[in-house]
Amino acid sequence: MMETNMQKQTLRDWLLTDTPTSRRHARYAAAYSGWLTLKSNTMAMVGLGILLLLLFMAAFAPLLAPMDPFVQNLGGRLQPIGADGHILGTDSLGRDLLSRVIYGSRITLYIVTLVALIAPIVGLLVGTVAGYTGGIVDAVLMRITDIFLAFPRLVLALAFVAALGAGIENAVLAISLTAWPPYARIARAETLTIRNSDYIAAVKLQGAGAMRIITKHIWPLCISSLIVRVTLDMAGVILAAAGLGFLGLGAQPPSPEWGAMISEGRKFILDHWWVATVPGLAIFTVSLGFNLLGDGLRDVLDPKEGGHS
Amino acid sequence: MAVVENNGKGRRWSPLSSPAVILTFKTLGSIIVTMLGLAFITFVIGRVMPIDPVLSIVGEQASKSTYDDAYAALGLDKPIIVQFFIYIWDVMHGDFGTSLLTARPVVDDLIRRFPATLELATLGTIMGVTLGVPLGVLAAVNKGSWFDQIARVVALVGYSMPIFWLGLMGLLVFYGILGWVGGPGRVDIFYADIVPSVTGMILLDSMLDGNWDVFWNAMSHIILPATILGYYSLAYISRMTRSFMLEQMSAEYITTARVKGLPERTVIWGHAFKNILVQLITVIALSYANLLEGSVLTEIIFSWPGIGSYITTALLSADMNAVLGGTIVVGLVFVLLNIFSDLLYRVFDPRAK
Repeated sequence: MMETNMQKQTLRDWLLTDTPTSRRHARYAAAYSGWLTLKSNTMAMVGLGILLLLLFMAAFAPLLAPMDPFVQNLGGRLQPIGADGHILGTDSLGRDLLSRVIYGSRITLYIVTLVALIAPIVGLLVGTVAGYTGGIVDAVLMRITDIFLAFPRLVLALAFVAALGAGIENAVLAISLTAWPPYARIARAETLTIRNSDYIAAVKLQGAGAMRIITKHIWPLCISSLIVRVTLDMAGVILAAAGLGFLGLGAQPPSPEWGAMISEGRKFILDHWWVATVPGLAIFTVSLGFNLLGDGLRDVLDPKEGGHS
Repeated sequence: MAVVENNGKGRRWSPLSSPAVILTFKTLGSIIVTMLGLAFITFVIGRVMPIDPVLSIVGEQASKSTYDDAYAALGLDKPIIVQFFIYIWDVMHGDFGTSLLTARPVVDDLIRRFPATLELATLGTIMGVTLGVPLGVLAAVNKGSWFDQIARVVALVGYSMPIFWLGLMGLLVFYGILGWVGGPGRVDIFYADIVPSVTGMILLDSMLDGNWDVFWNAMSHIILPATILGYYSLAYISRMTRSFMLEQMSAEYITTARVKGLPERTVIWGHAFKNILVQLITVIALSYANLLEGSVLTEIIFSWPGIGSYITTALLSADMNAVLGGTIVVGLVFVLLNIFSDLLYRVFDPRAK
């Protein structure tokens, strides 16, 4: 009897068990049940689909793009949507818009990935150190965080780019510099609740130092709330990057950055509307994808918040 | 001072120890620290910029001695700490230097342009509140219904749309194709400068002057950018309203009210909604501050002569005094609105005391 039961047990059963046999088993089981909740959320899955599509587009851009995004063809400039050989038309220099949008996904992904790495890590460091150390360090670090939070983000990013000079890397830096404070706040709040719990006291008694407690016991618990926040923030990051590109402060021409493409198309908006419309739709779709996924992730990873929003 | 010390031991009442006074001092302290921080950040930005401020004044061909004179005149030969304090002193006196573009003091430019931004953001907030609050309340009351889903999508789309693109599309459709609204700018050119400027806000000025032609023309120009800003504020306000309302609707006093047999409308608007008002006001103040910032890109699209377009134009021509001055002013307004919303919360919510 026991034998047959064991054999019948599928991977699914193993993952859904109420009595995990090891730590790794428990971790996989928790991840799987989270995935099931996320899967039942249609909107979150649509968001995930959009983002996977973006990844796919960026990875296989040379294969997917029908033309070279930089080759100009002044004879075939400003061709409308559906023109021969140009499904989405061409811009003012005769470059194929579809190819440019496809290559632009690489730039968007590049910016988003870098900001998603830099800002939360800075925030995590500042927040956990402030929360764990307490006292004067906490007061000073949090005051600095508040000052950055008090600044309007886009205006601050504009001022930073003005000082650093235009370009993608500087745009990433400027956006990250304005994006880290909320993460520091979250990480500090989590640290404060964890710091005085019994298991931290137990680890301390075993002789663990501050370094070990922060990296091994506090950071892992901050991750889930940070991930939710990062996903929800990415839409804002894309919009900020596109805004900087639109103002000519982000990626420089002839780079097919979506915001810069809108700025190019702005001159022809009344007669050749598609030049600005197409990249704008791309920005909108991707940031909607992040928002949809973030909304769903919040329900899964952060049940406290998910209840009432 | 003696009274205060005495108060510590003897619990004698003194005006200095009342919670309101302590709160005021704390708030003032936090404003001062934050503003010093803002000034420090802008100072650092001004220092690390790659453009040589001396060269941009004296020109490339200047002799060494002219250059040195200008260098000293700008105070760049002093120690950096001294420079910082001079900068703080100037900023505190409202002296942000002279704009390279307009050749006027930056402060004058900012004062002239601020009303335009204020007008736009105010109208946007009014729209966001009048539509967003009912949307959020109805979504919360009908949680899970198709209405709730639509409200959710409306908000998510608002969060995801690049504002400058939405502005362009709005111009294309409502100005270019349909011709329903006025184009970029605040009024048509032949209506410009007709009404005397009292508040700097054209809608108010034309009303004060009784010149309704100008008023309706200005209205046709402001309606599109204000609607677009209003949509953003609606997205935020409706989501927050919904989540506040859900919190109230699950409270026990709501059940009590229902059991008493109160009509549902009274339960929702008379009981639950009344209790979220304080939270709602703080959210509206925050969204107002966000609109002041969000107007940067909108102003560019609509050639709106406000602070946002001032900062951006200055930025593109490396006019650092104007950029930093504008940044500080926007930052100041932002901080004040934040603190205002915080204060409201403390004053009106007895639990926060």
